[in-house]
Amino acid sequence: MVSIILFAPLLGAILAGFTWKLIGEQAAQWISTGLLFLACLLSWIVFLGFDGEMQQIQVMRWIESGTLVADWSIRLDRLTAIMLIVVTTVSSLVHLYSFGYMAHDANFKEGEVYRPRFFAYLSFFTFAMLALVTADNLVQMFFGWEGVGVASYLLIGFYYRKPSANAAAIKAFVVNRVGDFGFALGIFGLFFLVDSVQMDDIFAAAPQLAETQLGFLWRDWNAANLLAFLLFVGAMGKSAQLFLHTWLPDAMEGPTPVSALIHAATMVTAGVFLVCRMSPLMEYAPQAMAFVTFIGASTAFFAATVGLVQNDIKRVIAYSTCSQLGYMFVAAGVGVYSAAMFHLLTHAFFKAMLFLGAGSVIHGMHHEQDMRNYGGLRHKFPYTYWAMLIGTLAITGVGIPLTTIGFAGFLSKDAIIESAWGAGGAGYAFWMLVIAAAFTAFYSWRLMFMTFFGTPRGDRHTHENAHESPRVMLVPLGVLAIGAVLSGMVWYGAFFGDHAQVNRFFGIPTHEVAAAGEGHDAAADAPEAGHAATAEGTVASGTAAAAGTAPEGAIFMGPDNHVMEKAHEAPVWVRIAPFIAMLGGLAVAYLFYIVNPALPGKLAEQQRPLYLFLLNKWYFDEIYGFVFVRPARWLGRFLWRRGDGNVIDGTINGVAMGVVPFFTRLAGRWQSGYLFHYAFAMVIGIAVLMTWMSISGGAQ
Amino acid sequence: MLSADISTFLPEILLALYALVALLFGAYGGKDRTAPLLVWVTAAVMVVLAVWIGGTTGDARLAFGGAVVNDGFARFAKVVILLSGASVLVMSQDYMARHGLLRFEYPLLVALASVGMMVMVSAGDLMSLYMGLELQSLSLYVVAALRRDSPKSTEAGLKYFVLGALSSGMLLYGASLIYGFSGTTRFSGIIETVGTGEISLGLLFGLIFLIVGLAFKVSAVPFHMWTPDVYEGAPTPVTAFFATAPKMAAMGLFARVLFDAFGHVTQDWGQVLALLSVLTMFLGAVAAIGQRNIKRLMAYSSITHMGFALMGLAAGTAGGVQAMLIYMAIYVTMNVGTFAFILSMEKDGAPVTDIGALNMYSKAEPLKALAMMVLLFSMAGVPPLVGFFGKFYVLMAAVDAGLSWLAIAGVIASVIAAFYYLRIVYYMYFGREEEAALNGGANPVLWAMLMGSAAIMVVGVVNLFGVEGLALAAAQTLVN
Repeated sequence: MVSIILFAPLLGAILAGFTWKLIGEQAAQWISTGLLFLACLLSWIVFLGFDGEMQQIQVMRWIESGTLVADWSIRLDRLTAIMLIVVTTVSSLVHLYSFGYMAHDANFKEGEVYRPRFFAYLSFFTFAMLALVTADNLVQMFFGWEGVGVASYLLIGFYYRKPSANAAAIKAFVVNRVGDFGFALGIFGLFFLVDSVQMDDIFAAAPQLAETQLGFLWRDWNAANLLAFLLFVGAMGKSAQLFLHTWLPDAMEGPTPVSALIHAATMVTAGVFLVCRMSPLMEYAPQAMAFVTFIGASTAFFAATVGLVQNDIKRVIAYSTCSQLGYMFVAAGVGVYSAAMFHLLTHAFFKAMLFLGAGSVIHGMHHEQDMRNYGGLRHKFPYTYWAMLIGTLAITGVGIPLTTIGFAGFLSKDAIIESAWGAGGAGYAFWMLVIAAAFTAFYSWRLMFMTFFGTPRGDRHTHENAHESPRVMLVPLGVLAIGAVLSGMVWYGAFFGDHAQVNRFFGIPTHEVAAAGEGHDAAADAPEAGHAATAEGTVASGTAAAAGTAPEGAIFMGPDNHVMEKAHEAPVWVRIAPFIAMLGGLAVAYLFYIVNPALPGKLAEQQRPLYLFLLNKWYFDEIYGFVFVRPARWLGRFLWRRGDGNVIDGTINGVAMGVVPFFTRLAGRWQSGYLFHYAFAMVIGIAVLMTWMSISGGAQ
Repeated sequence: MLSADISTFLPEILLALYALVALLFGAYGGKDRTAPLLVWVTAAVMVVLAVWIGGTTGDARLAFGGAVVNDGFARFAKVVILLSGASVLVMSQDYMARHGLLRFEYPLLVALASVGMMVMVSAGDLMSLYMGLELQSLSLYVVAALRRDSPKSTEAGLKYFVLGALSSGMLLYGASLIYGFSGTTRFSGIIETVGTGEISLGLLFGLIFLIVGLAFKVSAVPFHMWTPDVYEGAPTPVTAFFATAPKMAAMGLFARVLFDAFGHVTQDWGQVLALLSVLTMFLGAVAAIGQRNIKRLMAYSSITHMGFALMGLAAGTAGGVQAMLIYMAIYVTMNVGTFAFILSMEKDGAPVTDIGALNMYSKAEPLKALAMMVLLFSMAGVPPLVGFFGKFYVLMAAVDAGLSWLAIAGVIASVIAAFYYLRIVYYMYFGREEEAALNGGANPVLWAMLMGSAAIMVVGVVNLFGVEGLALAAAQTLVN
């Protein structure tokens, strides 16, 4: 069944991409979409019927070279099941949505066929993403990792006549390459030390890795830390974390369904998935995890600040995505992988919906994306308005404090903030996330107020012709809205409930060893996740002596990892802090954009440097342009003009057009036809040879 | 004792006897009317002998007191010589007949030259060496001047004769020096005198003169000057013969004398050969660029190829000899096909040699153009064609022998040489559109030779038809 899920999108991509001329444009779209819905249905069946037992399904033998063995097999566990439903659900809805969104496009000429190509790319992306999440070894995962990169490149640059789209596609690809280099180095390092790329072997070897030193860049590092760090560099690139985030806002050049599918719900979360998947290794790499937490928290804060002042509706949501990914990494970094996955799941629903809602507005507003030209659109777009409202309530985290009743984002985000507190108290990560929560509320409501409230701004003609989107675009919004409302409440217990529940959900064997009797209540105490690794019963308190076998379960939490318990004991002020922050953000947004719309402009005037700093995204692009791009271009130009043009071409041309013909003419002249010249040449030849031999005396 | 000697030497004796009998038959049986028959019979005899020799195995056997050696190396060279000689004979029949050149002496001279070549590669003594060489040379002088009424052909014959005499003189001088300093003409005796240590100056000088004499035969620079003129002036079938069997024989003799008589001082002659090799490769490559006459062009092409074959010898190892033998076998095969093509180049019955006539040849004769293209690519050493492997083996041998600089020079020279091969391909496929410069030339024998040769270049990639192993076995009998 999982094989069908995996290969149905590939089949759809091939059929839509290569045979649309035979089967027709409409049929190509319907086939790819239909196959995706089939995959989606099967994914839900797998997810709901999944019993937590990890299965490996071999599809084919793939690479066998010496000790490098990588089969193409599917690793089906809870993590995979979660990703399966996320990917296939969002993807199938986006396919459906694209029927409406891509129906007419001013970027293509009349009569040009672009839709089958679009659907083929979408389906190919889905296949690559599924290959990534079902990977049983790192090489297969890298295949999917690169596959989604390619699909992302193709889709960002889908409007290939737009120079900005091409530039954005290249930027996304190149920045991802930096991360992928780290990921590849991590894989090489793991293979070097473990002699296998199989996840099971790597997980089993993790405790040894923690005690191994590895020389890298002229000094020795702790192997587990170094490798975890390198893998995280790959995750940073894919998930647009701080320093490697610059491609994500530009990626909004792609069609909006692409932004919803790839740059909000699925591909960008691959980094989070990677960290969670590698949790058995990550648990032994405390410094790398601290780095993950730091980067995640910083990204959450940084992206939220930039999101405050952006005017392009898609860019606001893009920075919001970036920020939310930071949240997920904080959760993973402090060791509560289930919370990271929880937010990944809920975020996929509400962020995809926000993007699709934005796409609906853009579509109805004739590809106007600047929010300053919106306003008062809630009457024109009633359904979109309600969907976006639900999405905003979800992302800002509206719910009833101290209970588990609320929109999806309320539960998952609070879980992360509590985890951050649980790991480090009221430290850097915690405060960054709380402040980011306030900013999130501000920019989300700002988007809502500027778009749907107030008076219409911008081109009157556009506003008059604005229209609600067709039903194929509204249905996906409705489905995702259900997810945005309910997914948090339904699965709170499974992802972030008490430890036993989480263990059951993720297939971590509950082992009744009361090892760490540090005063937790029994429910949290008994099933210490890490002891799964020590099923043989050789449990020494606080040490994982589980050499040789991979820990069971989809995620792994070390025996010392009590962050989740601590998080559950968070004091009341911690638990209501994000809610208060959210209310603050909402209040300020209300004040700025409903009560007194002139206020933001004045504030921007007063704090001009700060405003420009935020508007220009902390000048990251400019700094990178100065530090990396310009020297690289200079070097390229130098090598091209001087190195290639003058030296190489000059030499080749000089030799081919000057030196060789000169000798050719010379040889022709010597070949005079006179017998005595020929004899003379022979005599000269022997004279030279004799002289040479006489002087050198043979070989001696 | 004598019967054993004769049985060792039987193929040569039989071929010589055949030539004499056929001469009588021709002289009294109808002169030139018998020529077509004699061509086919001679070719058949040579093929039969080649098959016979190829089928014989066994260790090295000496005859006539060591003057003649019959070993694996000699057998390999003889098979190549006889088969290429027979191929060229068969190819030339139609051409010679149509140009009134088909005299009954022609096949017999080729047969006698082949006897000389067989003696050359079997030589175990300076005397037999010279005897074989002169038998071959005298026959070749005559066939080069076969077209008596053409000044060019006569000039070619005369030039070849005069310069050949000069080189023979040098070779004889070298031989006498060697005899004087070693007291014997037997290779086995010379190698004992030379010993393993330092070679005496007299012997060294003798060796140099000997090398010079042989270098003339393989047209190594600067003793190559006769080659373009003779190739151009001689009738094309004769050129084809010049470019194939005698080159193999001269290379075989080269290897024979160097390893059998001076096998312990490879360093001394290795450096001389390396120098000759590099000069030969470069001059052949550079000078060919200026040629528009395809026969002259093939002359320089064969000079370049000889440079590569010398590179194998210069390595001074069994691997080097093996590489040289493989190279020569491939070279001969390629040249047979190429000359089959050149022989078919004609317009209104007159031979054409200007490469400009090949413009857009692919439109007129797509299959032949394709075959020729394969051969040209193979000669340029483009993988995966067989010609590449010939170069590959000699380069490997040079690198293994520590002559990396020579290998690098060889690669550069082959890049330069690729230009003039590819220029012909360019003419054939992308040249100027003009009225058909060539017509006729639809001879089934030539067609078969061309296609066969081209097919070998492609199919041989699989295992080189086992030549690699045969050449190795042959090389090991020579170098030990």
